[in-house]
Amino acid sequence: MSASTSIQILGGRLIDPANRIDQICNLYIHNGKILSVGDRPDNFTPQQTIDATGKIVCPGLVDLSVRLREPGDEHIATISSETSAAAKAGITTLCCPPDTDPVIDTPAVVTLILRRAKRAAKARLLPIGAMTQKLAGEHLSEMVALKRAGCVAMSNGYAPLSNTLVERRALEYAATFGIMAILRPEDRHLRNNGFAHEGPVSARLGLPGIPEAAESVAVARDLALAEHTGCRIHFHLLSSGTAARMIEQAQHQRLPVSANVAAHQLHLTEMDIEDFDSNCHLNPPLRSLADRDALRSALAKGVIGAICSDHQPLKDDAKEAPFPSTATGMSGLQTLLPLTLKLVDEGVLSLSEAIARITSGPADILELPYGRLNAGSSADICIFDPDQHWVLKKDEIPGAGHNTPFIGWEFQGKVTHTLFEGRIVFQSDSSTVA
Amino acid sequence: MSKPNIQLDNNGRLKHFLTIDGLKREMLNEILDTAESFTGVSERVVKKVPLLRGKTICNLFFENSTRTRTTFEVAAKRLSADVLNLNVSTSSTTKGETLLDTLRNLEAMHVDMFVIRHSDSGAAHFFATHAAPHISVINAGDGQHAHPTQAMLDMFTIRRHKGEFTGLRVAIVGDILHSRVARSQILALNTLGTSEVRVIAPRTLLPPDPRTMGVHVFHDLEEGIKDVDVIIMLRLQKERMTGALLPSEHEYFQLYGLTEKRLKAAKPDAIVMHPGPINRGVEMDSQVADGPRSVILQQVSFGIAVRMAVMSMTMGTQAQGAAAR
Repeated sequence: MSASTSIQILGGRLIDPANRIDQICNLYIHNGKILSVGDRPDNFTPQQTIDATGKIVCPGLVDLSVRLREPGDEHIATISSETSAAAKAGITTLCCPPDTDPVIDTPAVVTLILRRAKRAAKARLLPIGAMTQKLAGEHLSEMVALKRAGCVAMSNGYAPLSNTLVERRALEYAATFGIMAILRPEDRHLRNNGFAHEGPVSARLGLPGIPEAAESVAVARDLALAEHTGCRIHFHLLSSGTAARMIEQAQHQRLPVSANVAAHQLHLTEMDIEDFDSNCHLNPPLRSLADRDALRSALAKGVIGAICSDHQPLKDDAKEAPFPSTATGMSGLQTLLPLTLKLVDEGVLSLSEAIARITSGPADILELPYGRLNAGSSADICIFDPDQHWVLKKDEIPGAGHNTPFIGWEFQGKVTHTLFEGRIVFQSDSSTVA
Repeated sequence: MSKPNIQLDNNGRLKHFLTIDGLKREMLNEILDTAESFTGVSERVVKKVPLLRGKTICNLFFENSTRTRTTFEVAAKRLSADVLNLNVSTSSTTKGETLLDTLRNLEAMHVDMFVIRHSDSGAAHFFATHAAPHISVINAGDGQHAHPTQAMLDMFTIRRHKGEFTGLRVAIVGDILHSRVARSQILALNTLGTSEVRVIAPRTLLPPDPRTMGVHVFHDLEEGIKDVDVIIMLRLQKERMTGALLPSEHEYFQLYGLTEKRLKAAKPDAIVMHPGPINRGVEMDSQVADGPRSVILQQVSFGIAVRMAVMSMTMGTQAQGAAAR
């Protein structure tokens, strides 16, 4: 697969939300880049032709939160295993949070990750640096060095900064150098030892609850500091309607804040943990139906600009214990596109809006030129069959982890081809390339 | 999407006893009736019936307990079962063995029933889901979730004293939020048709919206126990003092401690219950605990009959149990 390969994708319905394109047209790729959209360039001799008749051709998906377990937990998953899984899911750009082992708080770790991703060559990996050394919330990390090494933003991981002075300094320092902060908003004291959304279900199951205020208190604090420091803040993994409304208000006041939500949070609620289903042990917790609907509404309004998978591969035994003793998280790559398409079925988003939330939306948040099909841009492309019905089966989940609450769910829309930098990195068995 | 109740077998018989949640009134009455048939056994010269002869019951306690473990052991022995007592808090889990490994190892010893207590809510469900099909699981307390045999022995005690549940007013006083006993009691009382279930506590010891559990909420003790037939006092764990939930034991007793004087607000024939062990001078005055209204020690005796009932029913031998009357 040389980089000079010329590929033509013919007859597909091309949806490129960033360029407001939704029409049947051909796509021509050369030398890893998009050569032309629509018109066949002169002297174009394709080595490969993909017949995309009846399929949707869109930008490769951009996923803001994918844990790869490398470095540190290669026995669970690796950059190679998870980028391959991403390719099968149509995802071509993925951001990895800094809570690896070692933490992404030195340029050496960034270089290591980027080198291994390049070797795997299945998707673009964008590391997110740690705002504080070892994510301990005490000393600032060398944010500028991390940025120069390739980090696209800085984050607190899953360890919310409890010291507001450190947070203020970190945001001020990041703002100085135009670095965006990705914050998972949570007040750890209010979270306490909670395992599930504090509400009727946790009360009945006797699971210590995590109140909605654990999120909204942190968002209020972070918004005040965003205003004070001028730092661009991206709120990671919203779970509550209150937080979404606060962010909407801040955006009206022109604060530079954005937000994402995990795909599962738009479909599941606290009711799904009935009978102690450890696959629904997630962080942040699944909340009420009202929260889910508020998140959907914030997504439709664009207050939430991106849907991510929050993919976290786990060993099977991490979920084989009583609910409170199980690990949080789920494998999410394979359901990012189908769960997003389900929102179209359920009337939450138009198809174009849905695709925007997993392509140009997240790319725009990071101010990166991906998730769009401009001539001259990297040929990262996802082709899917919008009519194919399929059922998620545990042994067919790509990647190293197989834990998800969506096993047995029926979905519509399946990826048939994924191209990354002009190369076919995935094609389904049933699809053909001439 | 209602899932099948994992506590019941294909014929709707009790297979595991994990929670009161999802069980019908007839099932709870069957447990109480079966327990009634076993009360005589403890008064015989030979305190044994051969219902579970040749069966092995494993008491698997991951949390310390004297009373509950002992009454389960006595109940199993009166049914002629062989009993294994394991205090796992002091053995394998401290060596890093997972709960699933512990289960598999005990299964390999051909255990027929697990009686499990664990600090994680959902632990008994986990066991029931993963155990071999012939094994029954009885929940002897899981985290803050459920303690169904305690609730049923409380129902047995109430029925013995009051007869029907319809028309009764029952007040539960104390730490509802962290109490698996209270959760199971509330479900059982409501399933059995109790007219009014009240909870009495400060808001720090209540779930965010207790009314969703089917109870009336009171913050004042005397107001809450006015005209009730049954008062259930809950044990206050010492660690609640350190978590900023309560200012002091002194203030708690001032506000929620049951004294002879306060008891006058209840009906004249009201009974006072407590799952034990009692903190005298915290939840209640000694005068009340040892007084004529207290049925606390009866609860312990009835606990054996109720546990015999649940054990024989889940092992599918309750039909013969009725014959043994």
